[in-house]
Amino acid sequence: MRVLLAILALALTAPLAAQDSMPPAPYAYRQLDDPAQEAEAKALMETLRCLKCQGQSIADSDASMAGDMRHQVRTRIADGESPAQIRGWMIERYGDYVSYKPELSATTWPLFAVPLLLLLVAGLVVRRRFARRQG
Amino acid sequence: MRRSAWTLWLPLALFAVFIGFVAVQLADPAQTEVESAMIGKKLPEFVLEPAVSDRPGLATADLRDGKPRLMNIFASWCAPCAVEAPQLAELQRRGVEIVGVDVRDRPEDVAAFLARYGNPFARIGKDDISEVQLGIGSAGYPETFVIDGSGTITYQHIGEIRPEHVELLLEKLREAEG
Repeated sequence: MRVLLAILALALTAPLAAQDSMPPAPYAYRQLDDPAQEAEAKALMETLRCLKCQGQSIADSDASMAGDMRHQVRTRIADGESPAQIRGWMIERYGDYVSYKPELSATTWPLFAVPLLLLLVAGLVVRRRFARRQG
Repeated sequence: MRRSAWTLWLPLALFAVFIGFVAVQLADPAQTEVESAMIGKKLPEFVLEPAVSDRPGLATADLRDGKPRLMNIFASWCAPCAVEAPQLAELQRRGVEIVGVDVRDRPEDVAAFLARYGNPFARIGKDDISEVQLGIGSAGYPETFVIDGSGTITYQHIGEIRPEHVELLLEKLREAEG
């Protein structure tokens, strides 16, 4: 029984949060009034990486820093900036790391080229095999 | 059908190379620190309200008076920020001007934090929506930036300043002067 209680107590404890207790930025969770602008902002948020969690986009993260980034995105969209401009602003500050959308660049092209190359080689090997078998 | 030996072993060899890559990556996990891409660039324009009553707030205009200084990103709720307090005090004692950006913090919390761990800051700006933090490409707490006299970011220190980092930061400040 005591063991069960101990396990229960462990399961119920909240991890010590290294998070602030401040309210989120105004536009962290509030949508823009204009649905077209909100859709633009949402699409952009899905292509930006949460810097604290790193495996999530800022659209999916509840980290307060991701909220602050969403606030930047929404207020900048509302001010008339284009999604490309805002993406550029983020990349200027955090490098390619902040991009959560695969992009072709001088360093990333092998990621796209190698699978195609392997597929091509595999195709050639298979073709030669079949040609030999028939012949 | 004649098979030459090496083509037979080729898939296994490729697989071994793949396993090798996996092993290396497992042994050396991806870097979790995100470096700022703003080194060598000008600070963005900002004006932050004072975070405490006994220090002025912080604006870009305060950071281009010809004097290099440290800009420390911190918060009272950040445990490593308390760890680096003695090192910030040491830097201040050795003549370094340190300005603070207090991220997402309550006035009473930061006042208690500074009362407990000391206040090495000449100015402290209150950054409630991480505006300055995002503006300079900082991704965590604490981080310390060297700002030269013209308001250009010249160096970023990620994580708490440990005793062995004090000389390095002094060196970076001297470089920013030159």
